[in-house]
Amino acid sequence: MSIVIEPAVLEDALAGGVLIGIATAGLLLVNGRIAGISGIMAGATGGQSRLWQWAFLLGLVAAGIAAAPLGYALPAALSRQPLSVLALAGLLVGFGTRLGNGCTSGHGVCGIAQLNPRSMLATGIFMLVAGLTVFVTRHLLGHG
Amino acid sequence: MRLTHIVSAFAFGLILGAGLVLSGMADPGRVKAFLDITGAWNPSLALVMGGAIAVAAPAFALARRRNIAPRGCGIADDKQATPRLILGAALFGLGWGLSGICPGPGLVLLGYGARRALIFAATMVIGARLAALFTPPDDP
Repeated sequence: MSIVIEPAVLEDALAGGVLIGIATAGLLLVNGRIAGISGIMAGATGGQSRLWQWAFLLGLVAAGIAAAPLGYALPAALSRQPLSVLALAGLLVGFGTRLGNGCTSGHGVCGIAQLNPRSMLATGIFMLVAGLTVFVTRHLLGHG
Repeated sequence: MRLTHIVSAFAFGLILGAGLVLSGMADPGRVKAFLDITGAWNPSLALVMGGAIAVAAPAFALARRRNIAPRGCGIADDKQATPRLILGAALFGLGWGLSGICPGPGLVLLGYGARRALIFAATMVIGARLAALFTPPDDP
């Protein structure tokens, strides 16, 4: 193994993380809501959707719309993925986050920020399984 | 629901999305490089979660003092590790590892208008609807 450290990338990662924290704090203190994206998405597309949920999701999509003109091109890694793998992964992400009641934002940020043991466990499990999946697909099967 | 809450929800979604783009979380290649600890490991994304938690944790403490009881996923009254939690987290991890995309970045990538992002977002919603068939409804 080797470790890749790029200082400019580390700065952007930290700054981006702080922005995510600000948005999480804002939705909590202004709206009284947890910024758990999978939960908000499931709520918006479920039977009792709320306007604020759609507004929040639209904000996320708007960030992607604004990104390309601002110089953040569509990541090349997306175009390299087979459609079938993306469809299977989408199903697993949607199903798993609802079954487990949270994703990277709900468990990984909001849950851990509250020292919630369930969220710490969930985060440990999904990071471990994701790491193993990358290991198997990349190093054993030679894909991705 | 007041109009200001709808406007603020949009603004916080936009800020969160900007954070995902800036940090590299919306780049499946960078996410896989972070998850690939036995290869050419790029640890930068650990700072994303660290930075977000460092800002969010005081906000949650403040909310508790103000008796704001937030609603949504990631909040659990019971502290038990249920089979449902463990299985759900594992299935999510499998999907995240296969694609390098979790729900927030999936929606941000949708904004780029790429066909692949549309397929991921559509199947993600279908997966969530399927899970809703098997599980009791969550707090809205």
